[in-house]
Amino acid sequence: MTLTHNRPIADTAVATPEFEAANERQKRRRGLLLALPAYAYLVLFFAVPLGIVIVYSFATRNRFGGTDLTGWNIDSYTALGDSLVRQVLLRSITLAVITTVLCLVIAYPLAYYMATRRESVRNLMLVFVMIPFWTNFLVRNYAWYVILGTDGPLSRVTETVGIGETRLLFTQSAVVLGLVYGFLPFMILPLYASIERIDGRLLEASRDLYASGFQSFRHVLLPLSMPGVVAGSILVFIPSLGAYVTPEILGGAKTTLLGSYIVTQFLTARNLPFGAALSAVLMVIMLTATIVYFRKGGRTL
Amino acid sequence: MRTGGDTGEDRTVDNSAVDIRGVTKRFGDVVAVDNIDLSIADGEFFAMLGPSGCGKTTTLRMIAGLEFPTEGSLRIFGTEVGTLPPNKRPVNTVFQNYALFPHMNVLDNVGFGLRMQGTGKADARRQAAELIELVQLTGMEQRKPSQLSGGQQQRVALARALVNRPKVLLLDEPLGALDLKLRQEMQTELKSLQRELGVSFVFVTHDQEEALTMSDRIAVMHDGELLQVGSAEELYERPVNRFVADFIGQTNLLDATVLDEDMIVLANGTRVMAPNPHPAGTKVAMSLRPEAIRLGPRGSVPAEHEATSLPGVVAAMTYLGHALVYRVNIDWLELEVRTETVGAQDRLQPGDEVTLWWDRTADWVVPDE
Ligand SMILES: Nc1ncnc2c1ncn2[C@@H]1O[C@H](COP(=O)(O)OP(=O)(O)O)[C@@H](O)[C@H]1O
Ligand SMILES: [Mg+2]
Repeated sequence: MTLTHNRPIADTAVATPEFEAANERQKRRRGLLLALPAYAYLVLFFAVPLGIVIVYSFATRNRFGGTDLTGWNIDSYTALGDSLVRQVLLRSITLAVITTVLCLVIAYPLAYYMATRRESVRNLMLVFVMIPFWTNFLVRNYAWYVILGTDGPLSRVTETVGIGETRLLFTQSAVVLGLVYGFLPFMILPLYASIERIDGRLLEASRDLYASGFQSFRHVLLPLSMPGVVAGSILVFIPSLGAYVTPEILGGAKTTLLGSYIVTQFLTARNLPFGAALSAVLMVIMLTATIVYFRKGGRTL
Repeated sequence: MRTGGDTGEDRTVDNSAVDIRGVTKRFGDVVAVDNIDLSIADGEFFAMLGPSGCGKTTTLRMIAGLEFPTEGSLRIFGTEVGTLPPNKRPVNTVFQNYALFPHMNVLDNVGFGLRMQGTGKADARRQAAELIELVQLTGMEQRKPSQLSGGQQQRVALARALVNRPKVLLLDEPLGALDLKLRQEMQTELKSLQRELGVSFVFVTHDQEEALTMSDRIAVMHDGELLQVGSAEELYERPVNRFVADFIGQTNLLDATVLDEDMIVLANGTRVMAPNPHPAGTKVAMSLRPEAIRLGPRGSVPAEHEATSLPGVVAAMTYLGHALVYRVNIDWLELEVRTETVGAQDRLQPGDEVTLWWDRTADWVVPDE
């Protein structure tokens, strides 16, 4: 009894509104101070260049390969309607989608397997998933270049087996293979994280309620792991769409993708406004994807 | 593996809802369930009782098909189910923490089993709504499990299982997470629901009072072994061993050695009359319920109880309103004795020398494990 009597008195003594507000203000100020370096960095090296890109996309290329920052227009954006550009865009999106779907199909069973192992096994498998990151991305792509080459190990094996030599290098398949290989961990990790969090008894309950193994997957496991599916898909789709290194090394002339195309505009064609407009389009697609990600999956990561 | 059902003899054994023969379940080195035999009748309220870790859940999971026996035979209505997956068995489970689907509302949770069996959406919803009404949750159909109280979640779990009209309903400590009042309410409701539906309930609990009040029969388990199966009365009055005697209700267990078929010698040398079936020299324990013992000042024992009495000294007395509880010291042990309340001047006080006695039929001798 005495306890409940004392409590409110003690509380009001400490938590006056003025005190609370001052406390809040101080906390906010301290937070801002700590975040300042990060903010400064982002503004200087991200927001400012981004602004420059957008400004340039409305500028005009002059005859000497320079850019006139006068006479603003939207010519670069109308040029996006060009059939070659549309082809590159469509090809890039198609390959990014294929890569994402393949990653999903490969990663899901693996992530499920990992999530249902003992703790020690799980951690070991997580390390294995990360191992590729220990080697430079460029080097790993060149490794595939060697493996897939006409004289490469893969071709040798298929020849010996009697299927004949493989001509994978410089094809779209090689690009997809490289992208899937490169971005698979970005699919596995969020999937693993979201499946690992699902209560296994829910799957048992569904089996007890007459669901077959597949129905249990379809109606319980998949919906509950949706945040991981969405997060992983976006984490794979975005870098695939803007991929530069992999298509450059493993793709051929006929498989130009958006990333390479943009680089060409900047460095070879010296059409900076058009390159900037292409970059802007790429960013809009990515931004949309990111918003979807934060709406659907971001919360759980 | 025996496939069963192929001989007339097998069929006669199989009238029960669940028939477990020689079932053992091992997890690596751990023997979770150790060679148990168990028959559960159709329409019976059957409880499985035992302390945590004794193998109750594992047994239930084997009936559900969520775990397969390492050895032995398991039949449901005569059909050997051995390694049949859970979705092929006519049983449903109310899980320990309900395991409701968090991404579905109440209606879809309850309708889930029907949908999985191919019932149309409208029909499944209609039947689900009926069950929701049965468990008194009408109006909550659109809520997600997270928006329900523990008691309501429990009812959804019940409806979700019962909507499939299982032949056997398995319940794993379904009331364990509820507070006392709600728990008692649900005990009554579950019991009447079971009577109404006429379905076998296999009810797992570690709460002996719950098991005693609700069940037709109770199986007591300990360390993976099935110690005794019987009605509440049988378990209470004729426990088969020290563990069951101690676990069911409250009792005093007095260490003793068998002298002959009528007499035993208590640990302090006192001879008392206690008819028993054990050979002379067997180490036993005599179970005496606190309410079966009477006491009075030393030497006040009635002549006919002389052979079933023993001296002691009052160590403590607690007043409980309707009853008095004495702690009485008998050399090597303190006994609990419960009597009706008497006036303050008639109560015995700590330090009083007393004699304890009991009816010849009140004690029960169990082998000492
Ligand atoms: N999947 C499992 N793996 C290993 N040991 C288990 C597993 N399930 C249960 N056990 C062990 O089996 C024994 C019985 O467990 P359980 O049936 O859950 O007991 P209860 O339900 O009576 O508390 C315990 O010792 C437990 O640790
Ligand atoms: Mg249990």
